[in-house]
Amino acid sequence: MKPRVATVWLGGCSGCHMSFLDMDERLIELADKIELVYSPIADVKEFPQNVDVTLVEGAVTNVENEAFAHRIRQNSRCVISFGDCATTGNVTAMRNRFSTDEIMHRAYVELADGDPTIPSDFVTIAKLRDQARPLHEFIKVDVFLHGCPPTADEIWFTINELLQGRMPVLPNAYLRYG
Amino acid sequence: MAIVTLTINDEHLSGNDSDSILEIARQHKIHIPTLCHLDGLSEVGACRLCLVEVEGSSKLVSACATKPVEGMVIRTTTERLQRHRRTIIELLASEGNHQCAVCVVNEHCELQNLAYEVGLQYVRVPYLYPRKELDASHKDFIIDRNRCILCTRCVRVCHEVEGAHVWDIAHRGIHCEIVTGLDDPWGASEACTACGKCVLVCPVGALIEKGTTVAEMEKKRDFLKYIVTARQKREWIDIHEEG
Repeated sequence: MKPRVATVWLGGCSGCHMSFLDMDERLIELADKIELVYSPIADVKEFPQNVDVTLVEGAVTNVENEAFAHRIRQNSRCVISFGDCATTGNVTAMRNRFSTDEIMHRAYVELADGDPTIPSDFVTIAKLRDQARPLHEFIKVDVFLHGCPPTADEIWFTINELLQGRMPVLPNAYLRYG
Repeated sequence: MAIVTLTINDEHLSGNDSDSILEIARQHKIHIPTLCHLDGLSEVGACRLCLVEVEGSSKLVSACATKPVEGMVIRTTTERLQRHRRTIIELLASEGNHQCAVCVVNEHCELQNLAYEVGLQYVRVPYLYPRKELDASHKDFIIDRNRCILCTRCVRVCHEVEGAHVWDIAHRGIHCEIVTGLDDPWGASEACTACGKCVLVCPVGALIEKGTTVAEMEKKRDFLKYIVTARQKREWIDIHEEG
């Protein structure tokens, strides 16, 4: 059976996933080796059980992200912080200096085109946490990928190590913030 | 001045007793990480990255601010020191808002390079995300206190080299901040000569030039050694006296 791999997009800009796609023709090779069981680039609604590796992009910025993080940990053998937002909070955490009320007002009133309304049902959008914080402050993380975004080579190296049954020890050359 | 012999990492060396352990190590191409130290400025031993072990003492000493003693046995790379250095970088990272991805000195930052040197995979202490202020009132420069690590290089270069003493540290503990004058806007400072020395010596992206964007600014610190050498040779004073 092929290893079951998932990728998740929490509070980030999707740049890490763009870098994942930057693996280019290597993606074809990867498609033969893994089963992509959940991802923003695959139409799967529920995060499945029994996942071998999950790459998590983005900081934990809303209550849904937080609950999701725990579900990811429960269902995954290996969890990878995928990029600077997951690892440090990075740009997502720059909003931490403002209150959530200030942020919602800025986004839905000051910058609104038409009818300014602050969402209150939290069905269409999730409720913000007080602060955006890195993933490892919520769940145990096994591997950290750095960079904004991590390079395609770094992602390729990491996934290949895992496919060969090794926990990736990233060479210092890949250690790069920003 | 006398010559002393000492041992650093099992290597037998000699050096001047008026030089610091750091200077002697560097003369012999032994690397000790530093952050607040800058050749040409006084030593404050603030960052603690250059801590070394001295045999016979349980206390760690800062290599930049400690003079050698005859027969001293020093170690610079023990597991204990490496653990402390990583912790120091973690604390610096967690106490500020260092978003490398959107920093003017990204890829040219001494803190970033030290994070790589200590192999900082992630920060084990909770990030504080403090609310710090940015002052862009100066016509040429900006101070972004979110990125300041309180190394005091700016304070020292302004006082010791430029002679203007625009910068100081205000408040205490976690609330410490670099301030202009008596905590006035930088643009309102009459003491500031707009020489830009503070900007060039800043190891991170806290003091920056206006008009630079992400990863654009590379700081050149070479100027300092020329000024310091000229001063030691009393070149300026001679010219002045002749005039």
